[in-house]
Formats: sequence, C-alpha cells, structure tokens
Amino acid sequence: MSEISPAEWTAILLSLRVATIATLVATPFGIALAWLLARRDFWGKSVLDALVHLPLVLPPVVTGYLLLLTFGRRGLVGGFLADYLGIVFSFRWTGAALACGVMAFPLLVRPMRLSIEAIDRRLEQAAETLGAAPWKVFFTVTLPLALPGVLAGMVLGFAKAIGEFGATITFVSNIPGETQTISSAIYSLIQTPDGDAAAGRLVIVSIVLALGALISAEWFARRATARLHGN
Amino acid sequence: MLRVDVEKKLGEFSLQASFASEGRAIGLFGASGAGKTSLVNMIAGLLRPDRGTIVIDGETVDDTAAGIHVPTWRRRIGYVFQDARLFPHLNVAQNLDYGRRMNGLAPDPAQHRRIIDLLDIGALLDRRPGKLSGGERQRVALGRALLSRPRLLLLDEPLGALDEGRKLEILPYLVRLRDEANVPMVYVSHDAAELRQLATQIVMLKQGRVTSLGGVKVLA
Repeated sequence: MSEISPAEWTAILLSLRVATIATLVATPFGIALAWLLARRDFWGKSVLDALVHLPLVLPPVVTGYLLLLTFGRRGLVGGFLADYLGIVFSFRWTGAALACGVMAFPLLVRPMRLSIEAIDRRLEQAAETLGAAPWKVFFTVTLPLALPGVLAGMVLGFAKAIGEFGATITFVSNIPGETQTISSAIYSLIQTPDGDAAAGRLVIVSIVLALGALISAEWFARRATARLHGN
Repeated sequence: MLRVDVEKKLGEFSLQASFASEGRAIGLFGASGAGKTSLVNMIAGLLRPDRGTIVIDGETVDDTAAGIHVPTWRRRIGYVFQDARLFPHLNVAQNLDYGRRMNGLAPDPAQHRRIIDLLDIGALLDRRPGKLSGGERQRVALGRALLSRPRLLLLDEPLGALDEGRKLEILPYLVRLRDEANVPMVYVSHDAAELRQLATQIVMLKQGRVTSLGGVKVLA
C-alpha cells in the first residue's frame, strides 16, 4: 500500500472537522437533554426520549431527506437561517456537520444520561444545604461527577459522526473538498475502476479512528466509576 | 431560636409536630420510624410541610398559609447527615471550603483554623473522601457544615453509621462544638445516652407525634 494522497487527506481532514464541529455543537444540547431525561418528569417525556433515539432506527436516507426539507435553502428553518443569519447548510460542510450531529446525537446523549442517573442525589441535597443555588449545584457537583460520562458521550458521538454516510450524502451530496467525508470518498472510490487501493487506505483510517474512539470511551467509563467512589 | 409547627403526610405515615426552643442543643429523640429525619428535612427545606410554619432565628422559612417556602440553599443552615455525603470529586480542603464559596463569603482564616483545630482534621486536608475512615469523614462533614457559617446546625444521627469505638472518638468533638462553636443545633438520635451528654433540651417523638418536651430528665 502506498501513501495517502492529497485528495484522501482532504477527505480525512474534512471528516475530522465535520465530526469535531458536530460534537462540540451537539454537546451542550446533549448535556441539557440528558439532564432533563435523567432528572425531570414532565408530560411528553417518553415522546421526547423516542425523538432523540429516532435517528438511530430511522433509515439514514430518511433523516437526510428530512434535513433537506427542513434545513435546505428553501426549507422552513434553512430559508430563515440563510436570509437572516447568513447560515447556509445545503451543499456545504456545515450541512454535513448538521447531519452528522443529528445522527450522532442518540449515542452522544446516552452515556451522559446514564452518568447523571448514577449520581447520588443526596450529594446534590448536601450541596443545597451548604447554600448552593440549583444552577451552582449543577455546575459544581452534578456536571463534575458526570464528566467522564459526558466525555464518553462526546467520544462515541464523534466516532459516529466521523463514520456517518447516508444522511450526509442525501442532505449535502458528495462534493470533494466541501462535503466529501471519508465515507463518501470510499463510496466514490469503490465505484471507480482503480480506486481499490485508495479505498483500502481510507478503510484502515476509519477502523483506526473508530477503535480509538471505542477504547477511549471505555477508559472514560472506568474513570467515572472510580470518581464516584471518591478515589 | 427555632419554632416548628407542621403537619405532613407521607404515605400511611402522618407527622404532626409542634415545639419551640431557645436551647443551644435540641435533642430530637425517638425510635427509628418516629419521623425524626422527616422533621429535620422539613427544617432544612428538603421536604415541604403540608401545613404549618417553621421559624428559624426569627425568620419565617415556611408558612403554608402565606405561601412561604424558602428554598434550602437560602436557609443558612448546616446539615450533617448520617452518611457524611462528602463530595467525592473534591479533596477535604475543597469540601471544607465549599459552603463559603457557594455563599460568596469572604475567607476567614482565623475561623477556618479554629474549626480545623477543633475537629482535628488539619492532617487530612489533601485527602480524597474515599481515603478517609468513617470517623474522619464525619468530622470533615461537621467542619464543612460549620464553615458555611450557618445560623442553625442540623445533625441527623451523625454517629449512627459508626461503631462504639468511633462514637466515643467523635462525641467529645460534638461536646466541644456545642460549647465553643456558638451555633445552636438540632441533634437527632435514638440513643438516650448520646443525648444525655449533648442535649440541653429534648423533644421526644413517637409515631409522628411530640410526646414530651423538656430537659434531659424526660429521657429517663
């Protein structure tokens, strides 16, 4: 196997950028939602829970198409964002990040939710008796104790985002240098007569990234347990 | 100092308690299931009475008729739980400093020093709660509550999780605390001997009702 070509590097770097932005933007929403699902009872909670998990079970092409309808240049939200805020998603790398973020969201939220659920609520009560307002309790007790789970969710979400294909290609197509991620590059290469070697290299890159993410998620989960036991 | 007149229904159990005290150390005595912890949780604001009033140091913190319920974090109370509840992600020094930081109080090194000496926890400051013994944990929890500068200290069976030897280790600290810390306290226990040493006034609770009220003599 020869070296990674500039075109392949472009796809790899774009994937990393798309997945990084998707993860960073999704994280605050993920934490808020994880907290809501772990700690609050409200009307429509099971519907919200189902909605969060929907991208996991829906055909990715459906998610991509729905994103196109909503966030496309003529979509309800997309039109508004483009006209008033100058944010355009369709056929841009930002759209790829949006698609990846949506697809990664269920995987990102889950470990966060589990780690918040595992926190002893009596510790939060203790913080309150010491004069901490609820938002201070969240930032000084809940979030620090949930941090390993938050990081694990970010790693898993990142791994999912970097491998996303169906929703991304449906929503923003497969434009080299703009929306062609590792996955869509591999897809193009295996349809090209001499693309096998290049596809093979990108496949290896994918496996390395995915394995790295899974191993670090596992490591964060172990840290979480140690942290909750006060060691 | 403390005036309580509350009613609360918890499933099958109903709590109806009324007492007032100016004492330095109120002993709340009763068997397990008598409603002691529920009562203390109401004073702390962690539990909301169905009906009634609670007045701490002249401030009405609960008055169901007037719709008053001051949230726990604004009550300026200290609470020492049976299970210490130290923050596992913070070391002892950070645990001790937590209340002061949350209340935005200026550091008071003299007071800090005094409480650390009083409780003999100076050697533990760098340790994590997971590396402390049960008795050490309880002393740190006491210090943490005191350093938030509360106007009332609630202690819910602080020795309950400790064996006899450890209890004897902590008891002298509690007596010193009562005499030197200048914070009135409500001390919950089902152990009459403990209360005889500590309390200046007893509130006896039986199945959710106050059955006697008075000096430590009522324990006999």
